[in-house]
Amino acid sequence: MIRKKLSKEEKKMLFRKNVKRDKYLLLMFAPVLIYYLIFAYLPMTGLVMAFTQFKAGSGMMGLYTGSFVGLKWFIQFFNSPYAFRLIRNTFLLSFYSLIFGFPIPIIFALCITQIKNKYLQKGTQIITYLPYFISTVVICGMITNLLSPSSGIINQFIVKAGGTVVNFLGEPKWFRAVYVISGSWQSFGFNSIIFVAAIMGVAPELYEAMKVDGASKVQTIRYLVLPSIKPTIVLLLIMSLGNLLNVGFEKVYLLYNSGIYETADVISTYVYRQGIGNQNYSYATAVGLFNSLIGFVIVFTANRLSRKLTETSVW
Amino acid sequence: MNQKSTWTEFKNECITDKMFDVGIWILIAAAVCITLYPFVYVVSISLSSGEAVNKGIVTLLPVDINLDTYRMVMAYKDLWISYGNTFYYTITGTCLNIIFTCLAAYPLSRKRFFLRKKMNFLLAFTMYFSGGLIPSYLVVTGLGLYNSRLAMILPVLVSAYNVMICRSAFEGIAEELFENAYLEGANDFQILLKIAVPLIKPTLAVLTLYYAVARYNDFFSALLYIGKQNLQPLQLFLRRILLMASTEIMQASGNATAASAAAQSTIQIRYVCIVLSMVPIVCLTPFIQKYLVKGTMLGAVKG
Repeated sequence: MIRKKLSKEEKKMLFRKNVKRDKYLLLMFAPVLIYYLIFAYLPMTGLVMAFTQFKAGSGMMGLYTGSFVGLKWFIQFFNSPYAFRLIRNTFLLSFYSLIFGFPIPIIFALCITQIKNKYLQKGTQIITYLPYFISTVVICGMITNLLSPSSGIINQFIVKAGGTVVNFLGEPKWFRAVYVISGSWQSFGFNSIIFVAAIMGVAPELYEAMKVDGASKVQTIRYLVLPSIKPTIVLLLIMSLGNLLNVGFEKVYLLYNSGIYETADVISTYVYRQGIGNQNYSYATAVGLFNSLIGFVIVFTANRLSRKLTETSVW
Repeated sequence: MNQKSTWTEFKNECITDKMFDVGIWILIAAAVCITLYPFVYVVSISLSSGEAVNKGIVTLLPVDINLDTYRMVMAYKDLWISYGNTFYYTITGTCLNIIFTCLAAYPLSRKRFFLRKKMNFLLAFTMYFSGGLIPSYLVVTGLGLYNSRLAMILPVLVSAYNVMICRSAFEGIAEELFENAYLEGANDFQILLKIAVPLIKPTLAVLTLYYAVARYNDFFSALLYIGKQNLQPLQLFLRRILLMASTEIMQASGNATAASAAAQSTIQIRYVCIVLSMVPIVCLTPFIQKYLVKGTMLGAVKG
C-alpha cells in the first residue's frame, strides 16, 4: 500500500473524523488509560529518582525534585559487598528452579496421559494442582512449621531414621534446596496442564498406527509423543528463560531471616529493605532499575530466540 | 472405561509394557502422596488432641479427635475481621477487575479503532517493564491511599496479560454480529454488554477465577499499604500467626498461663489457621477443574 504523506491540516481532519467515529470506544478506554497513566507510567517516569538525591519528606513530588547525582547510586551498589551476592542468589535461585522444576511437569504429563480412566485422571490432576492456588503465606507457613527443628514432622522423621536434627531455615546451605523443592512441589501439577493438553492434541490415528506397527509404549512416547510436543516444550523453556532474573519477592521475604542472607537475600528483598525499611528511596530505585533493565534485556533476547527457533513469539 | 477393562488390557500387554505401566502407576501414586501428605498432616494435627500432638504420635491420621483448638481460634475476633476484609477486597476487587478488563479489551479488539496499535503497545509494555517498587510505592502513598481500602484495590485494577486473553476472545466473535448490530443502530456500549460479553462468558469465568485467587492471596499490597490492623486482610493475619510466632490467639483465650501446653498448642493453632484459610480455595476446586484447562490454553495461544 502506498501511503500519501498527509499535511498537518489533513491529519487534524482525519484525527477529528476518527475521534467522532470511535467516540464510544474512546469513552470506554478512557478509564483504563487513566489507570495505566497513574499506576504504571507515572511510576515509570519516577525512575529518574535513580539519578537524583531524594529529599526526605517530599512525598510523591520527591520523584522529580531531587538534585541530580548521576550514577552515584549505581556505583555505590556495585562497590558494596552485596552486589555480587544479590545477583548470584537471584540468578541461582531461578536457575535451579528452572533446571529442577522444568522437566517434572513434562514427566508428570507423560504419566498422567497414560491413565485411560477419565475420572482417575481428572482426580489426580485436581489434587496435584491444588497447591498452586494456595497463598504464598500459607505455603511458607507450612514450610516453616513442617521443617521446624523442634516440632516439624520432617525432623521427627529424620530423628526416627537415626539422623540428627537439621535446622533447614537456619543454615544458609539449605535455603536453595528448600526454595527450589517447595517451588516445584507447589507448581508441577499446574505446569503440567499445558503439556497434558499438548499430548491430548496428538491425533489418535497416529497412536493406532504405532500400535499396528507393534511399537511398545516406551517407543510410542519416544518416537511419537515427545516429537509432537517438542514445540510446546521449546516455547515454554524460552519463556521461563525470560524470567531468569525474576525471583518472586514474597516467598523469599517470608522464608528468609538475617542469618541466611548469604544464600537467601535476592535483589527484590534487598530493594524492599533498603527502600521501604531504611527509606533510602533513591538508592533502592537505582538497584531496582538495574534489576528491571537486566530482566528486560533477558526477556527481549529470549523472545528473539523464540522467534528464530519456533516462529512463535510472546509478542 | 472402567477398572475391569483397564485390567484386561493390562493382562494382554507384553512384558515391557507391563513394567512400563507399573512404573507409571508408581510415579503417579508418589506424586499424589507427596502433594497430599502435607495437607493431610496439617489437617490431622489440627483435629487431634493436644496430648497426642505433644507425644508426637500424629503422623498421618488424627488421634483422639478434639475440636478445642478450632473453638479457641474461631472465638478470636481478629480472624473474622481479617476474613471479612479479605472477602471485601476479593469481591469488589474482582468485579472491578472484570469490568476494567472488558473496557480495555473490547476497544483493543476492534480493528477500526484508530488508537488500537498504540494502546496495545501501551499495555503490553507494562508487562515487561515497570517503575519498580519504590516509585510505585511513592505514587500510591502520595495519592493518600496508605491505610485505605482502596490501596488493596486500585493499584492492581487490570492485568495486561488478562486483557490480552480477553481481547483474543472478543476477536474470536464473528464480525457479522457486530456489523449487524451497528446497522441496527446499537452503539459500542450496547454491543459490549448485550452481544460481546455474553458470548465470551467461558473466558470471563476463567479470568474471574484468576483475578479472585490473586485477590484472595494478595499479600504484597497489604504488606506495603495496610498498616492498620482492622483493615488487614487474612494473609497478613496468617503471617502474624504462622511466621511471626504471634501468641495473640492464646492470650486472647486466657490460656497463656498453662505453659506446658503452650508450645504444642501454638503449632495446633497455626495448623487450624491454615485449614480455615484454605476452605474457600478448596471450595473453588470444582470450578477450577471446569475452567482451568481451557484457561491455560487461552494463555498459551494468545501469541
